[in-house]
Amino acid sequence: MTLLARTADSLFWSGRYMERADFVARLLDAAQRLSTLPMRETDPYRAWESAISSAGVASAFHARHGAADEAEVREFMAFDRDNASSILACLTAVRSNMRSIRTAVTAELWETVNGAYDELKRLQAARHDREAFARFLEWLKTVALAFDGAAHRTMLRNDAYWFLRLGGEIERADNTARLLDVKYHLLLPPDERVGGGLDYFQWTTLLREVSAFTAYRWLYRESVRPWLIADMLILNRQLPRSLACCQAAIAGHLDDLAEAYGRRGLSQRLASGMLSRLSATRIETLFQGGLHEFIQAFLADNNKLAAAIAEQYLS
Amino acid sequence: MAIFDEMHGLPGPDLPEAVRPAYRRVARWVAEAPPDLLDARRRQAELFFRRIGITFAVYGQADSTERLIPFDIIPRILSRSEWAELERGLVQRVEALNAFLADLYGPREILKAGVIPEDLIFQNPHFRLEMIGVQPPSGVYVHVAGIDLVRTGTDGFYVLEDNLRTPSGVSYMLENREMMMRLFPDMFMEHHVQPVEVYPDALRAVLRSVAPEGVNDPCVAVLTPGPYNSAYYEHSFLADKIGVELVEASDLFVRDEQVFMRTTQGAKRVDVVYRRTDDDFIDPLSFRPDSALGVPGLMSAYRAGSVTLANAVGTGVADDKAVYTYVPDIVRFYKGQEPILKNVPTFRCREPDDLAQVLDRLPELVVKEVNGSGGYGMLVGPKATLAEIEAFRARLVADPDGYIAQPTLALSTCPTLVEEGVAPRHVDLRPFVLTGAHGSEVIPGGLTRVALTAGSLVVNSSQGGGTKDTWVLDE
Repeated sequence: MTLLARTADSLFWSGRYMERADFVARLLDAAQRLSTLPMRETDPYRAWESAISSAGVASAFHARHGAADEAEVREFMAFDRDNASSILACLTAVRSNMRSIRTAVTAELWETVNGAYDELKRLQAARHDREAFARFLEWLKTVALAFDGAAHRTMLRNDAYWFLRLGGEIERADNTARLLDVKYHLLLPPDERVGGGLDYFQWTTLLREVSAFTAYRWLYRESVRPWLIADMLILNRQLPRSLACCQAAIAGHLDDLAEAYGRRGLSQRLASGMLSRLSATRIETLFQGGLHEFIQAFLADNNKLAAAIAEQYLS
Repeated sequence: MAIFDEMHGLPGPDLPEAVRPAYRRVARWVAEAPPDLLDARRRQAELFFRRIGITFAVYGQADSTERLIPFDIIPRILSRSEWAELERGLVQRVEALNAFLADLYGPREILKAGVIPEDLIFQNPHFRLEMIGVQPPSGVYVHVAGIDLVRTGTDGFYVLEDNLRTPSGVSYMLENREMMMRLFPDMFMEHHVQPVEVYPDALRAVLRSVAPEGVNDPCVAVLTPGPYNSAYYEHSFLADKIGVELVEASDLFVRDEQVFMRTTQGAKRVDVVYRRTDDDFIDPLSFRPDSALGVPGLMSAYRAGSVTLANAVGTGVADDKAVYTYVPDIVRFYKGQEPILKNVPTFRCREPDDLAQVLDRLPELVVKEVNGSGGYGMLVGPKATLAEIEAFRARLVADPDGYIAQPTLALSTCPTLVEEGVAPRHVDLRPFVLTGAHGSEVIPGGLTRVALTAGSLVVNSSQGGGTKDTWVLDE
């Protein structure tokens, strides 16, 4: 089994960028939904401001734009080449990474990416039309599904596949954590006073962003309670976007690599440490220590893990 | 000048609609198919190609770093007997050229015999001193050759150019066939077309056969200059089909005169490099020091015999356009036979008599740079303006050694689907010859390039040419 370090690196980043593109599309979708709230109850820019904060690009946005209004945010997050997290930049990065490693991915996966890239050029016309833009976001989500599907259905289960998935899961954990951090003030502990209809709308929107609204009902069989949302997104292993689920997948793929290569290293130790800490955590104790503090620590650990993977395998 | 058509032959007053036997069924199909069906198939092919990402970069054009080479759906067909003759001629020619290279970097018998002027070799920028005394496994220098042929009439094919360095185009031969089988499965039921799909297996066998001595299970890699190279698609395509790693220079390093690649599990030894990077760029320590596409120390490993490069370094001295004029003599010298394939009659501008004739007849000749390629930097007399001819005359007088000239050839045409329907367009043919430890072989088929502009003789993809599937019938 031979895999070039550069190839593994490109696979890892293809996985990351595809996941990020999907996340940004979901944030924009949610912002659109939130911005339909009655204006007198809320700051008109708040929904869009929240989208750029969740994507971690608020300072980059404000360095070049003024207030976060709909058109500017849409343009910045969907089509701005200079914003490395824009959907356009992410898809371009996925394609150029894959193009340089054509032999490492299946024809199905490559054609999904290349076809999407061609289609994207055409869909940029959607930038000025709200309905067309909504269709564009829907389209992007189907691209992410096709990407995962092609990888799942056609790639050999070997190191190339594990690096691709590792990139996706690391990015996904990062995204979920950042989303929680921006919204943590909404996710209050159980004894706090519950807000009104506006809060309810925001929570459900948050769930929709991570396509977990229906999942919540199945998992908790209760009306929407903020601290249960936190429990689901952080600790519930059944939800594919939860930190615990991502962490289990990461640790699993790293174990696969270690087994195939016959050697364990720093990234395996870090990942299993993170996983066992998450498994031992209960949502009540997590809130006692502070949700924000918990998330900050998780983001730092996740970055450390990504750096360890790069050091161990990708250079 | 009467023009030979691949489907209809030479035009005769009595037989305007004559059809050569190999084309019988295809001619009927072209005649009977409704025009919109042909057009629908053409568009379908384009969609497939774009989706697969078969693109070709054109240098010097902004905004078109990735372009599709137009694909024509009407095949170019060769009968079994036509091919048999070509095949013998190609093998003979490539064997002679390999022997020539071994001689030039070895005993130089051909120079001692006075068959070729010494300065043509020693002053040639593609003659590599680094290769003197290097003995490539099995004495093979040119593992992959792409020989450009044209037909000008019923008297057969002429060699226009030998491509012995890093010839490209074989991915189109394979993908065009794939496309045709997808679009027209019925036609392949009716014809017995010899398969080209054996190429990747044959190439793999050749590369493995020339591994350094003592290596039992060689590790082969394809070396590409990278995604920005015009033929990158082909490099990745071939690596994939052969089932070996596609490496860029930064993936390789040399330690103790051995070549390694960087993998997720550390360094791994590489034994055979099918390199698609030019000599000049392959090792900054030996050749161009500014090359970022090269592997420092690769030549030292090569000279030490720990790695095989395919093609060998220094093969460009044998496909130079000035040396080309001597290839018939080269064949006679090494094979002791008359050459089966003819050269296009060529003026050597370095010889005063030839130069005088060329200067006299510029408007009717094609003048080419000895070291040019890809249709860049040439003069097509009959198509040039007076000013262009005069400008070229000045360059020619200033540096006669740098040029050769040939009569404008009446390249054969082949029916091609263009805007206004099916019309004849000029074509050439590039078959691929593989040479390993067990001799040379030609894959039955090749790349047919077609000049899509009416009357144009320039088939290069960099100049807007297209391609066709090339069938060799087995009947």
